[in-house]
Amino acid sequence: MTRKSPYPYWFVLPAAVVFTVLFLAPTIASLWFSLTRWDLFSTQFIGLENYRQFFREPFLIQGLINTVIYAILTSGTKTVLGLLLAVLLTSGIWAQGLLRTVIFFPVLVSTIGVGITFSVLMHPTRGIINVALSAVGIHGPGWLTDPSLALYSIVFVDLWKGIGLATVIYIAGLASISPDYYEAARIDGATGRQMFFRVTVPLAKPATVTVVTLSLIGGLRSFDLIWAMTRGGPGFSSDVLASVIYKQYQAGFYGLSTAGNVILFLLIGLIVLPMTAWFNRKEVDL
Amino acid sequence: MRRRQLYAGISALLASGVIFVFPFVFILITAAKTRQDAAALTFSLPHEWQLWQNFIEVVQTRNYMLLLAYFNSTLITVVAVTLLVLFGAMVGYLLQRRPSHWNTVIYGAVLAGLMIPPAVVPTIWVLQSLGLFKTISGMILIQVAYGLSFTVLLFRSFIATIPRDLDEAAIIDGAKPLQIFFRVVLPLLKPVTVTVIVTQSIAIFNDFTNPLYYLPGRDNVTVQLTLYNFQGQFQTQFNLLFMNILLVTIPPLIVFVFFNRQIVAGMTAGAVKG
Repeated sequence: MTRKSPYPYWFVLPAAVVFTVLFLAPTIASLWFSLTRWDLFSTQFIGLENYRQFFREPFLIQGLINTVIYAILTSGTKTVLGLLLAVLLTSGIWAQGLLRTVIFFPVLVSTIGVGITFSVLMHPTRGIINVALSAVGIHGPGWLTDPSLALYSIVFVDLWKGIGLATVIYIAGLASISPDYYEAARIDGATGRQMFFRVTVPLAKPATVTVVTLSLIGGLRSFDLIWAMTRGGPGFSSDVLASVIYKQYQAGFYGLSTAGNVILFLLIGLIVLPMTAWFNRKEVDL
Repeated sequence: MRRRQLYAGISALLASGVIFVFPFVFILITAAKTRQDAAALTFSLPHEWQLWQNFIEVVQTRNYMLLLAYFNSTLITVVAVTLLVLFGAMVGYLLQRRPSHWNTVIYGAVLAGLMIPPAVVPTIWVLQSLGLFKTISGMILIQVAYGLSFTVLLFRSFIATIPRDLDEAAIIDGAKPLQIFFRVVLPLLKPVTVTVIVTQSIAIFNDFTNPLYYLPGRDNVTVQLTLYNFQGQFQTQFNLLFMNILLVTIPPLIVFVFFNRQIVAGMTAGAVKG
């Protein structure tokens, strides 16, 4: 082999340079900067002080807890509801194609636009949701102004916007299941419910892995919808890690902001890596 | 059975109409209202339709800021997506055609890119030291860096379906590596390239967070940031705010109408294989 390979390694070079300089290097540097008091011009090493502060300030802890709540609620609901909608939309019901389109379109729309629209619809007195509720005699709550409710209202809008993606992923997953399995199950006298739990759920596993992983990572990193709807308020009641990172950055606490970044990174790793390992180990048995 | 499917379809359509279509209708009618009419926030037809006047007014706001934003967003999207296709296809090609111990390293980097949230302030620090902070070029390169992982995965799995015999034939004909890639392989990647272009364009055009951090300043405003900037200013002019939302929603809608299949293909990649 004296002849040069027709596939030279330098093909990865342009991508590698951009990726390393603008993504990997800052990520690695963040580990150092999170240990400093930093104003972009000078750094002062302060050890784990930023992390200590993160776990001491109640509003920072709240951001951490909210992140986990938000990610689990959105991811869990998208998985369950996405599978059910996919089953419904592959069952041959009338206007199936139109329904898929209608459910999927919000995925492509600007998150900020959606956030602003829903914050208007959720206006405590004049918003259409509460006007409609009062028409049937219910006094609607302040969806975004009640601190105990704001985060969950945003979760609802996240689901509205994101459920279409989970649904189309499941539809693709269901399409790859051979009809033979259902045929065999039917011959064995399986009920509809048994077919769903014994055939559909286990064989849709690749789709489930994709939906859970994508929506969990997306949920943990979520920022723009929350920022458009409440800016983390009222108070800090709907703050998540990503909005805390932005607020600390705006306030000029670059070290603290970066520590928030590292915490978010660790949180994603701690949740997603064991989950992926578990998914890969568990075999499908029919 | 048929009857049941019809009823199920009709009720599902009604439910999805209320849940999913209603907000879009609300955007449209509010964008067509007069200022006082829109301020009531009600779901009713405009007393007086003034879609066109609102359009003109939004476009003229803050010295034609929206036009500048459309220009910036389009520029960023087009250049970033072009680079993504080129760089991503080259990496995917090498990964598939020349397996080596480097592949593990590259896959590790791809995985990291998909999972790790970008470290914001250190990135600003890097951009600043390169003189790229607050510049369109910096924003483009950031979008390339963040979009690479997904793009590489899409290309790699598609290139696996392209027979190596084609490369071999070109090699025998004396083609250089770059010629093989650009003349033989790249043209065959059209289906997946369309998918990459469409999904990444929408993602970059709709991106709010990254321009917020890396591209502050009035001259570099992008489409999503106009919404954010106008949100305060238009607090009492909901008709204009919603006209802006309408204008931001239209480009993805157009892309969706023409490339529905490719979008779904790109977004569901990975759902079928284990």
